[in-house]
Amino acid sequence: MRFVRAAAAAVALITGAMAATPDAAVQGAANGQTIADGKYLAAAGDCVACHTASGGAPFAGGTVIQTPFGRLIGPNLTPDQATGIGAWTDDQFVRAVKYGIGHNGAHLYPGLPYVYFNEVPRADILKIRAYLNTLPPVNNNIVSNQLPFPFDIRFLMAGWNLLFFPDHGDFQPDPSQSADWNRGAYLVQGLGHCAACHTPKNAFGGDRMSDEFEGYVVDGANAPALVDSANDGLGAWSVDEIATYLKTGHNAYADASGAMSSVITHSTSNLTLADDRAIAVYLKSLPGRQTAPQPIAATDPAMVAGMHVYADECAACHMTGGTGEPGLVPALRASPVVAADKPVTLTHVVLNGARSVATEAAPTASAMPAFRGILDDEEIADVLTYVRNSWGNAAPAVTADQVSDLH
Amino acid sequence: MATTLPHKDVAIIGLGWTGSILAYELATAGLDVVAIERGPWRDTATDFPPSWAPDELRYAVHLDLFQRPAQSTVTMRNNLKQTALPVRKFGSFIPGNGLGGAGVHWNGMTYRNMETDFNWRTHNEQRYGKQMIPEDMTSQDWPISFQELEPFFDQFEKLAGISGKAGNLGGEIQPGGNPFEGPRSAEYPTPPDKQPYGATLYAQAAEGMGLHPFPIPSANISQPYTNPLGVAMGQCTYCGFCDFFGCGNYSKASAQTCVMPALVLQKNFTARMNANVTKINLDSTGKKATGVTYVDDSGQEYIQPADLVLVCAFSFNCVHLLLLSGIGKPYDPVANTGVVGKNYAYQCTSSVNIKLPGKILNPFISGGAVGMALFDYNGDNFDHSSLGFIGGGVLQAAHTGGKPLTQLVSFPGTPSWGSGWKQATKENYQIGYSLGTQGAVQSYRDAYLDLDPTYKDPYGSPLLRMTFDWHPNELKMSQYITGKLAEIGKAMGASEVFATPAKAPYTVIPYQTTHNTGGAITGTDPTNSVVNKYMQTWDVPNVFVFGASVFPQNGGFNPTGNVGALAYWGAHAIKTQYLKNPGPLVPA
Repeated sequence: MRFVRAAAAAVALITGAMAATPDAAVQGAANGQTIADGKYLAAAGDCVACHTASGGAPFAGGTVIQTPFGRLIGPNLTPDQATGIGAWTDDQFVRAVKYGIGHNGAHLYPGLPYVYFNEVPRADILKIRAYLNTLPPVNNNIVSNQLPFPFDIRFLMAGWNLLFFPDHGDFQPDPSQSADWNRGAYLVQGLGHCAACHTPKNAFGGDRMSDEFEGYVVDGANAPALVDSANDGLGAWSVDEIATYLKTGHNAYADASGAMSSVITHSTSNLTLADDRAIAVYLKSLPGRQTAPQPIAATDPAMVAGMHVYADECAACHMTGGTGEPGLVPALRASPVVAADKPVTLTHVVLNGARSVATEAAPTASAMPAFRGILDDEEIADVLTYVRNSWGNAAPAVTADQVSDLH
Repeated sequence: MATTLPHKDVAIIGLGWTGSILAYELATAGLDVVAIERGPWRDTATDFPPSWAPDELRYAVHLDLFQRPAQSTVTMRNNLKQTALPVRKFGSFIPGNGLGGAGVHWNGMTYRNMETDFNWRTHNEQRYGKQMIPEDMTSQDWPISFQELEPFFDQFEKLAGISGKAGNLGGEIQPGGNPFEGPRSAEYPTPPDKQPYGATLYAQAAEGMGLHPFPIPSANISQPYTNPLGVAMGQCTYCGFCDFFGCGNYSKASAQTCVMPALVLQKNFTARMNANVTKINLDSTGKKATGVTYVDDSGQEYIQPADLVLVCAFSFNCVHLLLLSGIGKPYDPVANTGVVGKNYAYQCTSSVNIKLPGKILNPFISGGAVGMALFDYNGDNFDHSSLGFIGGGVLQAAHTGGKPLTQLVSFPGTPSWGSGWKQATKENYQIGYSLGTQGAVQSYRDAYLDLDPTYKDPYGSPLLRMTFDWHPNELKMSQYITGKLAEIGKAMGASEVFATPAKAPYTVIPYQTTHNTGGAITGTDPTNSVVNKYMQTWDVPNVFVFGASVFPQNGGFNPTGNVGALAYWGAHAIKTQYLKNPGPLVPA
């Protein structure tokens, strides 16, 4: 239930906004352009991530989604009458995507990120449906709700929605901003549902709107801050570098791995460069933190020990200045992952290694070997402390216990 | 009982440089391609991480990356009168094994044939007269010209990101490059490597003698690079662990680094690893291949039907497969008939060890192709009229590292163990330096490959038999060019110069070079060659052979530049000619 936007302010009731209005553009047999648009929008929403199981038929469901509250399983979106969405009306489909109400009227869990999809206009949602209608129907009965008591009581979601799901209605462009900014804002806030991972959550899994896009820990990995902060956000990245990262999975600073690999593979690499650029324009407008911690002194014993480990084990690829190699080896400076308050990804990568994403534009899936068994916890802690406080970075020291906890 | 698999358009035997290039070119042309590789899968980062892969004992001593004699070996004899014995530990040469093949552990020296290397026999006969060629020397012209192959040299260099300095750009001689090279259409994709101290001293001395040193064209690339396939490479860290090793820095061009990332994204490409091809299958006419038979690591036998079979294994392993499959007529040196196995050649290496008192050479700062070379005594770049031999070799300062087990520079009188050895090592480590030559080897009537009459491989097939020795032409050549190299060593200020030119007989025990060539040579017609100018076998037009086995003789430098160019050349011919009209591309 982390896939949730908060509602610190006004709580609006789900009202008649769901009432269907006839939509001529998507009535009747969808034309080729509508289907192509729908496929594109489905990519922008990364629908595959939850609705296609590894090795399974496209959109036939089955992906296990681990939430802090228990397991959900991505439902079957193929037009199968019995087990898919073939029997749903367009209104039922829109109501599910935009308001989290299932075709039988029951509340859906916000694993389906309707709190973000709420901003997507009906016309775009029905284009996605038009595309889904072209898929081969697959008979695959999914019981989505695998949550333990009491979270398995769907009705509880009504109260949750009251607290954390304001119905904003369709995305409204800001006339004071550029067309790119508005397009980016629509993609990031709406279909892209970036906040689902990158915005910190409250105890109920709702977004902490005061910290929007400040980064969060999801499934034991950092979803880094996207704000314009040089130390631990995207402040050092240009618009073009962010766009290149989204399009190819790699840029001069970073090589995507982990959960972002999947987002890039299924979503952002399939968007036009113009849309990836628009996302970047919007992200660059997010205000950054103004204060950064002071770096730990280079003479600190942990820093000195870490420097030696770095020279022996890391510098051959990440280079002596932490610059990495473009498109191949991530830079360790100006990195939101490196300087994250809780360095779980950084520690995890050193312990277990990582594999970057391969895309058509940048096929080199470069990788880092696991250092578990080569370095002990103390050495890993020291080198992480060193990396987090060198070359302009500043972040709290890492202790051997923190490393040990992640084994 | 062999299992017959679903049909493929193309079956590729071996997934090294040539196999991966052909696979990529044909898969992206829309063909359904399977590559069948005897050894394991390899990944740049996780198989060769810089934190533990520089393990000299594992790789340079125990030869972890190489063909195991238990998989297959060769038998060896120096002449027709001897009985060949099996090589039980590879020494003189070390064929690769697994994804990337010998292109994983290569040093990365990426030379091109010079113009006269192509019309080699004709050129020498015209310049020196036919009497200059000994009667038993069977070297012959390539059926291709430098100009024809030039775009494909360029294509391979761009794939691999080769670092170097052009010496001849479109006919204009360029300062700092190799002035003896043929005219290039483009500069190297990346600038030359930085040069260690020893190589710098060598270049200064050579230049002072009026010679033409240039940075070795290197696949240990000098800066980050993205190749035309979109694949990223990183810059060489001069770690000194190149030969015998894989590179985890994405810096040494290899199939797994430069091609595989893009190839594995092709949905119509499949790789079968740990699968040993034992035979190319022919139909009842013997003129058409129907596919290949291979055995996996559990011993299960499979038949892979295919329209096109590309033999891309290590050079002499290709010859072995042709002989086992009955493709082409086996060469018989006594009757002087047949072609398969003919013109096996090798390379004639030598070294000059020098001491440079007072210097601190830091030999561990290096790479496999980091160094300076000169071609003044290579090919026919110097007058051979009064020398009594043809050919020559590259003279190099390419001290590829300072590894303690295998790379200490030794001098006469140095004890090989004990406290005397330790003392000498301590004294010589920073002042000892090794210069080297790689001499051309001509082809001869009695240097060839055939099937051994006695010894068999694990599948019950005869092993390949190698019959080879040095001939007077090569010994004279080595004496001459090693002498020239020693002169440069002296000019570097050496207090001691220890030159070791090649000596007969050839022996398979000490490591020399893995530049084995010939046996499936290219030529103008079926009487003088196994494959035509497009590397298509004369006898079975849907079988092509790639790699150094097609070289009619061996030049005085590393073969991989030629091997890569021929792969692209052949791929181009298959795509633009063969697929449109499958059949012989050159009338027999």
